[in-house]
Amino acid sequence: MKRIVLILAMLLAFPAFAQDSLPPAPYAYRQLDDPEQEAKAQELMETLRCLKCQSQSIADSDAPMAGDMRSQVRMRIAAGEEPAAIRAWLVERYGDYVSYAPRVTSLTWPLFAVPLFLVTLAAVLLRRRFARASK
Amino acid sequence: MNAEAQKSRRWTLWLPLALFAGFVVLVLFGLLRPADRDVASAMIGKPLPTFDLRPAVPDRPGLASSNFGDGKPRLLNIFASWCIPCAIEAPQLDRLRAAGVEIDGIAIRDRREDVTAFLARYGNPFSRIGADDVSAVQLAIGSSGVPETFVIDGKGVIRYQHIGEIRADQVPLILEKLEEAGK
Repeated sequence: MKRIVLILAMLLAFPAFAQDSLPPAPYAYRQLDDPEQEAKAQELMETLRCLKCQSQSIADSDAPMAGDMRSQVRMRIAAGEEPAAIRAWLVERYGDYVSYAPRVTSLTWPLFAVPLFLVTLAAVLLRRRFARASK
Repeated sequence: MNAEAQKSRRWTLWLPLALFAGFVVLVLFGLLRPADRDVASAMIGKPLPTFDLRPAVPDRPGLASSNFGDGKPRLLNIFASWCIPCAIEAPQLDRLRAAGVEIDGIAIRDRREDVTAFLARYGNPFSRIGADDVSAVQLAIGSSGVPETFVIDGKGVIRYQHIGEIRADQVPLILEKLEEAGK
């Protein structure tokens, strides 16, 4: 019982402790001055996965690490880096996991091929059925 | 319809149920199997990215990528004073230090006085400690949380990533990885 209480206490206490006391990174909660650049950054941030929360994009997350990632994305965009290059930089470090933009690779091609195959199969079957019905 | 065609119809009748059963098995498998939430770094086998961090505490120098690659494998520990598992792994880091392992630290999003207090309480196994205030180095090496421990070989190449705290029974594993990196 004591152990259960202790574990519960630790679970409850964890979120309170697991926050740092530093202010957020410069561009975590600040938009870029140039609206065109900000739009570019925003579009990219919405398709990058928050590594701490995993089902949110970094644009949606309030995790400090997501803030640091936003700041880094905005600063790189401001420095003239292309969104595709920033995404590639992150994928090089975290794998495809960090990106929400699907890519065709040796692992993911069935995701793209199977629907095409099923639609073709359905078309063939239906055609045969209609051909039979009209006889 | 002839008997042959009827026979094949009877067989296909069960196909949707079989597909459904297969789907249920798949869902159950996904539900019951503990999901792996760790994000592994894709930087294993690559050299450390270039960085230069200010000292996190007054009594230890800061940390730069140029400090690595002196021929001896070392540990790079990503930690923070606000991270509870980091306190849990402190005795294991002390054991590694006592075994002659050189350990460098990077404190993530941390204040000087907080790191100092943390080290005073749980021990300081670090030769150098860099302060990473905006998780820049953490992102550059593909680390997604604290604590994480990287084995860096004598040429400054990342050889192994340990995600989460080093538990007591994992100390031999870390020593083994260091030895592998030293070969």
